[in-house]
Amino acid sequence: MTVLTVENLTVAFPGRNGVVNAIEDVSLSISPGEILGMVGESGAGKSMTGAAIIGLIEPPGRITKGKISLEGNRIDNLSPEAMRRIRGRKIGAIFQDPLTSLNPVLTVGDQLIETIQTHLKLTKPEARARAIDWLRRVGIPAPEARIDTYPHQYSGGMRQRVVIALALCAEPQLVIADEPTTALDVSVQAQIIALLRKLARETGVAVVLVTHDMGVIAETADRVAVMYAGRIVEVGAVAEVLTSPKHPYTAGLMASIPRIGPRPDVLAQIEGAMPRPNARPEGCAFGPRCPHRMEICGQKRPELSGTATKSVACHLTQGVPA
Amino acid sequence: MGEIMTTSTLSRMFDSDIGWSFRQSWTARISTLILIALFAAALFAPFLATQNPYDISQLFLLDSELPPAWTDGGDPRYLLGTDQQARDLYSSILYGLRLSLVVGFASVALAAGLGISLGLLGGFMGGMVDGAIMRVADVLLSFPAILVALLVNGVARGILPPEQHADAAIWVMILAIGLTNWVQYARTVRGSTMVERQKEYVQAARINGVSGMGIMIHHILPNVLGPVLVIATINLGMAVLTEATLSFLGVGMPATQPSLGTLIRIGNEYLFSGVWWVVIFPSVVLVILVLAVNLLGDWLRDALNPKLR
Amino acid sequence: MFGFLIRRIIQSVFVMLAVALIAFMMFRFMGDPVNSLVAENATTEERDAVRERLGLDQPMWVQYGRFVGRAATGDFGLSWRNARPVSTLLAERFPATAELVLVAAGLSLLLGIPLGILTALRPNSISAQSLQFLSLIGISLPTFVTGILLILIFSVWLGWLPSFGRGTVIDIGWWSTGFLTLSGLKALILPSFMLCLFQLTLIMRLVRAEMMEVLRTDYIKFAKARGLTNRSINFRHALKNTLIPVITIFGLQLGGLIAFAIVTETVFQWPGMGALFIQAVSFGDVPVMAAYLVLVSLIFVIINTTVDLLYAVLDPRLRVDTAKSAH
Repeated sequence: MTVLTVENLTVAFPGRNGVVNAIEDVSLSISPGEILGMVGESGAGKSMTGAAIIGLIEPPGRITKGKISLEGNRIDNLSPEAMRRIRGRKIGAIFQDPLTSLNPVLTVGDQLIETIQTHLKLTKPEARARAIDWLRRVGIPAPEARIDTYPHQYSGGMRQRVVIALALCAEPQLVIADEPTTALDVSVQAQIIALLRKLARETGVAVVLVTHDMGVIAETADRVAVMYAGRIVEVGAVAEVLTSPKHPYTAGLMASIPRIGPRPDVLAQIEGAMPRPNARPEGCAFGPRCPHRMEICGQKRPELSGTATKSVACHLTQGVPA
Repeated sequence: MGEIMTTSTLSRMFDSDIGWSFRQSWTARISTLILIALFAAALFAPFLATQNPYDISQLFLLDSELPPAWTDGGDPRYLLGTDQQARDLYSSILYGLRLSLVVGFASVALAAGLGISLGLLGGFMGGMVDGAIMRVADVLLSFPAILVALLVNGVARGILPPEQHADAAIWVMILAIGLTNWVQYARTVRGSTMVERQKEYVQAARINGVSGMGIMIHHILPNVLGPVLVIATINLGMAVLTEATLSFLGVGMPATQPSLGTLIRIGNEYLFSGVWWVVIFPSVVLVILVLAVNLLGDWLRDALNPKLR
Repeated sequence: MFGFLIRRIIQSVFVMLAVALIAFMMFRFMGDPVNSLVAENATTEERDAVRERLGLDQPMWVQYGRFVGRAATGDFGLSWRNARPVSTLLAERFPATAELVLVAAGLSLLLGIPLGILTALRPNSISAQSLQFLSLIGISLPTFVTGILLILIFSVWLGWLPSFGRGTVIDIGWWSTGFLTLSGLKALILPSFMLCLFQLTLIMRLVRAEMMEVLRTDYIKFAKARGLTNRSINFRHALKNTLIPVITIFGLQLGGLIAFAIVTETVFQWPGMGALFIQAVSFGDVPVMAAYLVLVSLIFVIINTTVDLLYAVLDPRLRVDTAKSAH
């Protein structure tokens, strides 16, 4: 059974000139213990999807279509109180900037203990022991001493470890990690990614890893979903998608990753830019930029077709030459 | 009335960002309307007033303490009633409004002039001069404006012989209020000046033996005009309030030349005998004036704030 | 922390010396004290003798030094208006102002903080919007007008509360307090309410702005993502961050209360230092003005330093810790 199933999810924002869909018809599913990557440019809808799953869409945006199910139970239509109980306990979240994710006037221990006690029935000393244990698991040295220190006394990488501990300490089934390494130094990024992977394997938690960094996906994820202009255009196992992408956009992304090779070339890029949510073209949103554009691409929008493990939304159903 | 602006300038203003913001905000429009009405009333006080309340020959003592015209015992000649000296309240308010506005504007002008000059000086010269100015500014800021104004007032009274107190009152007030409010202007201008000073054209001018000051001012002023305008508007409200408070306390405008605050003080002394109009009407005018200025200042600050665009 | 304290104290001493200089200048250049002590037809020798006795023939800096020395012990000479020692006058009047200011300060916090929180948490509710509007009027209304209105309503028309004086006060040693009698407490109500209004609107707007800002931060978003209760998020996570700048600004504004007490005391004929100061300004009574200036400056300086210290205590980021940070 899947941990999370998203079906035809659409999130709309009322704007000055009518309603704008931030994401449209998004469907995906995650199995227990799986790491699903979500890639795309800024504004493609990856973070919005994550926010929708955890129920933290900024008003006035709201879900206008589709449904989200956690372990078979529908969660997109729950009351705010019911949703609150799910957050942290069933679904955790990690955000991008560790500097601003932690409350500066509360100790790390306080924040951990409170999260643990909100969701699990433990006494204060038990919760404290759990907190210390989590700090150790995420790799904070001397956790017994550090538990009563404040976030500003930690470095960036250490803070993100604390954030991970906070996300996992109530033992959720699923964690949404929204650009967890983007704000970190490159050297620290690798450590955090490794930590996430290790913890995912250990606890069996499923992870939605939102990022624009293909390298992180390649190292960490099992499957990857590629988003463009508010829709998913391709989903598949990481190795496959990276080496033989079916969607021209994915292919373009792969090609534009600079490689260290014998011939320094002009950097490849995809011409044009991703359309804004209120300026999406008819038919396929990628059409205007696609090197394989056909007549039908400007008329009819391609639907995501295939299996859960390998699907693509493109009128060219044959493979694209790499 | 002189032609202050050509229609093309006005229409250009109207079409600009600020013009749009102005049209959006009803508080801005109402405030401006109110202020224009009040300014006009003050400007044309001699024409609008039914008498000159300071001319004793125009007063009939039998008519003292009359309530407003629409109440029992009122007299249609005295629209808002009269005070204990039979002065027509309506006329007194007009002249008092005039005084309040004159002191307000003059003190703002003084504060702005002083502040801008000191800001330019400090920013341009840097070093000890700048340090000294900023130190004084800091100390000044840590004291409430009213206290400083009172102090300047007290010192002036100590220096001047008592006979001159009444005549000099208006100048003392302008000085006192102006001296307390210059700091914000100074800081803004100083900041801009320090930024400009680093630029190459200033260095070039200095190498050529020309003082960079003149060119700098040319560049600085457009940048600071917006913030200075906002500060001045908010300051105007404060200045009017401070003047009213000082007059109410008895150390401002005297009873022979009463501002709105003085009128309220005079009225307060007779509150218990049931003469409520001498206190209420000047208060209402004062509050409307300050409220309108504050609303306009608030709007102006938001309209000129680049972050909110 | 200790070094910080030392630096602030030194800074404060400099400020006090500057203030003392201003006070000293006031003495020297306003009026001629010799004139008030000798007969009109005194000879030059007699004037010189008096001048020497007062120490006016010494160089300026010596006179300044002596002035500072005397001021430090609280000796400001005699009031020019009623020839009583200035320090005695101030001591008599201090408790009245102190009690008034304390009650007003307390009221402004007690009412301002909850109202501010209310308007922050429910920004579009009717109560919030009317409070916002009222607060805008609040800062436009001259304080004395509010006072007069209060007197009009509660004293003249309703007759519930007294409009002048402190009521019956009880002397405890050097202090005289109005807290212990019913009439004393009743007399405190209107003036302290009037005094607190400006501060109250300020705090309300401040709390609102700060709290709305805090509620937009990432750590609040993260706290929500962890499923913490609304109560905890609003009153534990958000409030603590909100109150830190609020408390410090409140402290800094406390000086304003002492100054506005001048107006309140005039409106309500409250026998405090502020009323004394106004009489001095009216008369040109330099010793009283100078002493008031120095005393109030001292209070401000103490408040400012305390607020700085308090800030360091409340905000853990400012504490210089000996704990090592990890890498």
